[in-house]
Amino acid sequence: MSITEYFDLLFTDYTLRNISLGTAVLGIICGMLGSFAVLRKQSLLGDAISHAALPGIAVAFLITGAKDTNILLLGALVSGLIGAFWIRGMISKTHLKSDTALGLILSLFFGFGMMLLTYIQKQPNANQAGLDKYLFGQAATLVTSDVQLMVIVTGIALLVVLLFWKEFKLLLFDQDYTKTLGFNTKFIDILITFFIVLAIVIGLQTVGVVLMSAMLLAPAAAARQWTNTLATMVILAALIGGFSGVFGTAISATQNNLSTGPVIVLVASFFVVVSFVFSPTRGLLFKQIRLLKNRRDLQLKKTLQFMYGIAQTHENIDHPHTIRILNNFQGFTKKSLRKMEQNQWILLNKQQWSLTSKGFAEAQNLFNQQPQHE
Amino acid sequence: MSNPQIEIQLIAALVAAACAIPGVFLVLRKMALISDAISHSILPGIVLGFFITQDLNSPVLIILAAGTGIITVVLVERIQKTGLVKEDTAIGLVFPALFSIGVLLIAKNANDIHLDVDAVLLGELAFAPFDRLLLFGADLGPKAAWIMGVILLTTLLLLYLFFKELKVSTFDVGLSSALGFSPAILHYGLMSVSSITVVGAFDAVGAILVVALMIAPAAAAYLLTADLKKMLWLSVCFGVFAAISGYWLAHWLDASIAGSITTVLGLVFLLVYFFAPNKGMLSVMYRQKQQRTEVSLLTFLLHLNNHQETQERHINHLREHINWQQVKANTVVRLALDNNLITITDEVISLTQKGLSFTQTALEYIITNKDDKIEHLKDDFFLFRG
Repeated sequence: MSITEYFDLLFTDYTLRNISLGTAVLGIICGMLGSFAVLRKQSLLGDAISHAALPGIAVAFLITGAKDTNILLLGALVSGLIGAFWIRGMISKTHLKSDTALGLILSLFFGFGMMLLTYIQKQPNANQAGLDKYLFGQAATLVTSDVQLMVIVTGIALLVVLLFWKEFKLLLFDQDYTKTLGFNTKFIDILITFFIVLAIVIGLQTVGVVLMSAMLLAPAAAARQWTNTLATMVILAALIGGFSGVFGTAISATQNNLSTGPVIVLVASFFVVVSFVFSPTRGLLFKQIRLLKNRRDLQLKKTLQFMYGIAQTHENIDHPHTIRILNNFQGFTKKSLRKMEQNQWILLNKQQWSLTSKGFAEAQNLFNQQPQHE
Repeated sequence: MSNPQIEIQLIAALVAAACAIPGVFLVLRKMALISDAISHSILPGIVLGFFITQDLNSPVLIILAAGTGIITVVLVERIQKTGLVKEDTAIGLVFPALFSIGVLLIAKNANDIHLDVDAVLLGELAFAPFDRLLLFGADLGPKAAWIMGVILLTTLLLLYLFFKELKVSTFDVGLSSALGFSPAILHYGLMSVSSITVVGAFDAVGAILVVALMIAPAAAAYLLTADLKKMLWLSVCFGVFAAISGYWLAHWLDASIAGSITTVLGLVFLLVYFFAPNKGMLSVMYRQKQQRTEVSLLTFLLHLNNHQETQERHINHLREHINWQQVKANTVVRLALDNNLITITDEVISLTQKGLSFTQTALEYIITNKDDKIEHLKDDFFLFRG
C-alpha cells in the first residue's frame, strides 16, 4: 500500500480510520498533558506510571473475569494512581531520591503485574488471551468504542486544562507563590497528576507500556524548543503529537511487519531531533552559527584594536601602514581585512592600510576604552 | 529438589548478586533510572548481535549489546549538555527511540530469527538450565550460570580494586577529582559494568527484572544503613533472598519466575519502607508527631515562663488560651510532668527549677540560634536533632 492509497482508504476503511483517529487523538492528549509533565520535571513519571498500570489490568481481570476494555483501563488507572502517589510519598517521607522512587515503582509494579499475568494465563479460563496486548500495544485492535472513549477523555482533559489554566500555569512556574495566593496547591497538583495518569492509561492499548513515556515526552520536548510561551507550547505539542500519530500509522500501514507503536515513537523522535537542530532560537544549528559569527566578529574587533594601537602612535590617524606590520598579530586574514574595509573602518591601498575616522571612533568605543585626552 | 531447580536458583542468586552491587552505586549517584534506560536500549544491540552470531549467549553479542548500553549513556549526556532539555527528559527520549528501533528490527526479520520482544523484556528463567555449556564434550552446567558467574567475579574484583575511588567519587565528586581520580573514568567504568550486567542478565530474567534487582535491594538497604559496606552487603543479601524465595513463590503459583522474584523484592522493600528504624515510614511519622508535641511543649513552657499570675497558669485556662484540644493538652501536660518540668498544685501549674532552666536554654537557642546551647538536649528531644 502506498501513502496515497492510505489516504484514500483513510475515509473508507473502518480499521484504518479507527487506528488513525485513535493515534491522532492519543498524540494530541499526550502532547497537551506531556507539556505539563516535562515542565514539572516529571518526564519519567510517564515511564513509571505506564509500567505501574500493568498489575491493575491483571487485578481487574482477576476480579471481574471479563475482558471489557473500560474495566481493565479502570484497573490500570487505579494502580497507576497508586504508583504515582506512592512515588510522591516516597520522595517526601524518606531520603530516597526521585530517580530511585521512579525506578522502584516502575520495576516492582511491573514485575508484580507480570507475575499476575502469567498466573492468569495458567488458569483454566479460555477468556484470558490478549491481555498482553497492553504490554506492547496493538493499535490494530482499536475499535470505535475505544476511539470514542479516547475522544471523550481528551475532551474532558481539554476542558479541565482550559478551566484551570491559570492555576496550572502558576503551579508550574512558582509553587510557593501559588500557595501564598491562597490556591489549594495540593488539589491542583493532584488534578494534573490524575490527568497525566489518565492519558497514559488511555495510551497503553495503542502504543504499549514501554513506549508510552516517549509519547508523553517527545512532542512536549520538541515543542519546547520553538517557544517560551506555555500556551504556544501546549498547542504545538498537541499538534506534533497528533501528526506523529497519523504519520506513524500511515508509515506502518504502508509497510509489512511494522508495528504502529514503535513507528509513532520514531516519528515523534524525528520531530525532536529536527527541533533540536533547526529551532531558530534554541536549536543547535543556529546556536553554532551564532557562535561562529560572534567569534569572527571578535577577531575583527581584535584586529581593529591592534590597528588602533598602532595608529595612536602617529600624529594623524589615517597615516598609512604596510600590512606586514600586522604580521606579529595572528588574528587577521585577507578576508577579514576586506570585511573591515566594507565596514569603512580602514582604507586599503595595495599593501598598505590606514584607519578611517569611523574606524578610529569604533576602536575607541571597544572594550570600554576611554578617550585618551581625559 | 531436582537438578534444574537447583540450577535455576543458582542462576537467579548469581544475577541478583551481580545486579545488587552496581545498583548500590547507581542509587547513591542518583542515576537509578539509567539502569532502566540501558535495559531497554540494549534491544537493538542484542538484535544486531544476534544477526551476526546467531547465539543469544555468545560473548560477542554481550559485548555488542553492552556497547549499545554505553551509547545510550553517552547520548543521554550529550543531549543533556546541549541544555535544551533536562536530564530525565533526555533519558526518556533516548531509550524509547532505541527500543523502537529494536522492536522494528525484530518485526522486520521475524521469520529469520528466534527472538521476540517478550523474551527480551520478560525473560524466562525456567528455560535457562536447558542451554548448557559444553566444552570438549563435557557438560559444565548451564551457560547462563557461567556468564553471570564471570560477570559477578569481575564486578567483585573491580569493586575490591576501586572501592576507595568509587566511594570518594560517589559522595564527593570535587574531592575525588582533586585527589586525582578521574570521575569520568569511574563514571564510564560503572556504566560499563552496569551495562554488561544488564545484558548478561536480560536473557535469564528479562529487562524489567534487571531494573528491579538493581534498584530495589539497594533502595531497601539505603533505608537501613548509611554505611557503604553494610549497604553493599545488605543489598546483596536482599537480592539473593528475593531470588530464591521468588523462585519458590513462582513454583507454588505456577507463574513467571522473574515476576515472582520482583514481587518478593517488592514485599521486602515494602517491609523495610514501613519498618526501617530511623528512616522508615512509621519512624518518620512517629518522629514528626513527636516533634509536633515537643513544639507544643515548648510553647507551653514559654507561656508559663511569661506569666506569673495564677489565673493565667490555671490548668483549664490553658486549654482555651493556647487553643488546644483536650487530648493534645493532656499529652503535653503529662509529658512536662513526666520530665519534672512542671508541678501542679491546686490546678495551678508552675515551672520547676529544671523546667525554668530548660526554658531559659531553649529561649537562648531561639534568640541566638547557636547550636552549642542545646547539645545536651539533643539526647532527650527529637526536636533539636535537626
